[in-house]
Amino acid sequence: MKTIITTLLLLLSLSAHASGGDVKLESADIDLSDTASLERGAKHYVTYCLGCHAAKHIRYKRIALDLHLDESEILKNVAPQGAGIYDQMHSAMNGHDAEKWFGTTPPDLSLIARSRGADWLYSYLKGFYADKSKPTGVNNLVFKDVAMPNVFWQQQGTQTAVIKNIDGHDVVAELKLEQPGQMSPKEFDHMVNDLVNFLVYVGEPVQLERQAMGKYVLFFLLMIIALAYLLKKEYWKDVH
Amino acid sequence: MKQRLNQCSEWFLERFPLSDLWNEHMAHYYAPKNFNIWYFFGSLALFVLVNQFITGILLTMNYKPDAKLAFDSVEYIMRDVQWGWLVRYMHSTGASAFFIVVYLHMFRGLLYGSFKQPRELIWIFGMLIFVCLMAEAFMGYLLPWGQMSYWGAQVIISLFSAIPVIGDELSLWVRGDYVVSDATLNRFFAFHVIAVPLVLLILVFLHIVALHEVGSNNPDGIEIKENTNWQGRPLDGIPFHPYYTVKDIVGVGVFMFFFAVVIFYMPEMGGFFLEHANFIPADPLKTPEHIAPVWYFTPFYAILRAVPDKFAGVIAMGGAIVVLFILPWLDRSPVKSIRYRGGMFKKALLLFVISFIGLGYLGTQPATPVATNIARIFTAVYFGFFLLMPLYTRWEKTKQLPERLTEQRTLEDRIPDAIALFDEVTIAEQSTNAAGATVTQRRPNPAGIKAVLFRFVKNLKESLD
Repeated sequence: MKTIITTLLLLLSLSAHASGGDVKLESADIDLSDTASLERGAKHYVTYCLGCHAAKHIRYKRIALDLHLDESEILKNVAPQGAGIYDQMHSAMNGHDAEKWFGTTPPDLSLIARSRGADWLYSYLKGFYADKSKPTGVNNLVFKDVAMPNVFWQQQGTQTAVIKNIDGHDVVAELKLEQPGQMSPKEFDHMVNDLVNFLVYVGEPVQLERQAMGKYVLFFLLMIIALAYLLKKEYWKDVH
Repeated sequence: MKQRLNQCSEWFLERFPLSDLWNEHMAHYYAPKNFNIWYFFGSLALFVLVNQFITGILLTMNYKPDAKLAFDSVEYIMRDVQWGWLVRYMHSTGASAFFIVVYLHMFRGLLYGSFKQPRELIWIFGMLIFVCLMAEAFMGYLLPWGQMSYWGAQVIISLFSAIPVIGDELSLWVRGDYVVSDATLNRFFAFHVIAVPLVLLILVFLHIVALHEVGSNNPDGIEIKENTNWQGRPLDGIPFHPYYTVKDIVGVGVFMFFFAVVIFYMPEMGGFFLEHANFIPADPLKTPEHIAPVWYFTPFYAILRAVPDKFAGVIAMGGAIVVLFILPWLDRSPVKSIRYRGGMFKKALLLFVISFIGLGYLGTQPATPVATNIARIFTAVYFGFFLLMPLYTRWEKTKQLPERLTEQRTLEDRIPDAIALFDEVTIAEQSTNAAGATVTQRRPNPAGIKAVLFRFVKNLKESLD
């Protein structure tokens, strides 16, 4: 029986290994208590993303509340012109046009951080490289043949792929910055990180509050457990 | 005033047997005094059921069962409804907690033979509850209308079409459309919030009534009713109230602690309680690359995929549940509890647990050829455990049953052991820190860990014989 179990465990570990793989993701530095980063991220979102991607599950009012900003501040610094404080982050582009221009409707990004994860978003936004065969002129390391163009081409500059032939397949080994953009690579990383930070916040605005609340709840429950345990002990002392 | 109150209660009690009911099921219901940790999960299941009812009612106040509105209404609950996120997480975590608790409750039954004569009917009611629970969870999972909700339902309903002759018509009838659509969502909502909960409630009632008729089993698997005092009370029994009510409150407290840890710190549980793909709205035109049901269905899903033929797979998956119903008649052992069973049953049970957990893991993974072959082995073990049971339980050599309940060491008794174990696997090191104070730090002790592991394996091997 022992041998059966060891064989099974061995097989199991093999199968787990076989199903891994894919592109290695860079890790984003997520800190939701950094409201300055979140505010910068919100600004970047409105500037570079909102043109196509709505985030309709969040309101400017909620962002102002969570980031401790004045309503007037957020309308002036973050929200696009004409947006009201109670508005959701709607995009100006309509789906019909988008379908025509990109072949697909740009998805709403309210929950993208929850479905894709922060690291994926960070690597994706940094993963565009020049590819002449694509209509947008770029391809992506993480999301192959994506319909989205590189919106940060001015900031990031142009990356090209270093292609290696492994086992008869052409594989992108790494990305090389061929033509520097307006920002240094470090500045650009910061910008993308702020944006991803904001998206993580938008995915679940309550997460900081819930974690802050958690410790009090757990402490209260520990007290309840202690009390209940003493009560049980008192009742059970005559049971033998 | 006091007299008035007394008159009122008398008026009521003359017309309703409240004190009889209370005595029969609580104050004079005698339960064995040696319940261990496994016996918390029955009351916990009841607790989670109440949690699901209350949070479920609150959720329906803001949820919209409409294919166009459902996904957004869930996000509305998560963001704009006061405390909506808490209620929703309590409900979603509660669903997974329900299955954890119920699986452990069922495993307790396997360990101590609680399904055996005279408790077959309790087991059958319990199994019906389990089936209802699966239906409830499956239909509830469609309601958030995310990608996994949609495609999970699509896959499972399409299983009906594997049935010969009537299959296609049947799945069409279940869906109310050619694909999962608004019609499906509406009927699932109706079943999830009204029909199935009602049936569930009735079954829980029957489960408890049947239990209180024959009395609870215990870790020794002997009947406490065979040793009674002159009043006819079991010598080894104690009244359920207050003894087990106060004890179960401790269990509920500990459960709530873990429950709160999940809700406040890891509500998605790494994609097991809330799947990542379910944060994308349902899209009938885009199939996700990897469709996996929620973790509590994965053992059965793995069995389904392990069988090459689709219809045979459906039969196997159904059979995996049906076989549990006839368990009381498959077990031929004269003793109930694992404490007095022979080594055969213990080994078989261990293999069963490994295969069940293994199937559960494989059900979450893509079906690679290697994984499918392992799933086939596990499926064979799963069915072997039940179908060979009449043979190996009849042959096994059982131990002598005690006359009365035995004393076992309680969790409190084991605290010194736990401290000794901790001392063994760590080494204490004294050092002086920057401030000049002496601090004691502990680091793992490889030799101690090896010794403990070796002892554990030896004990495990001995206990299996």
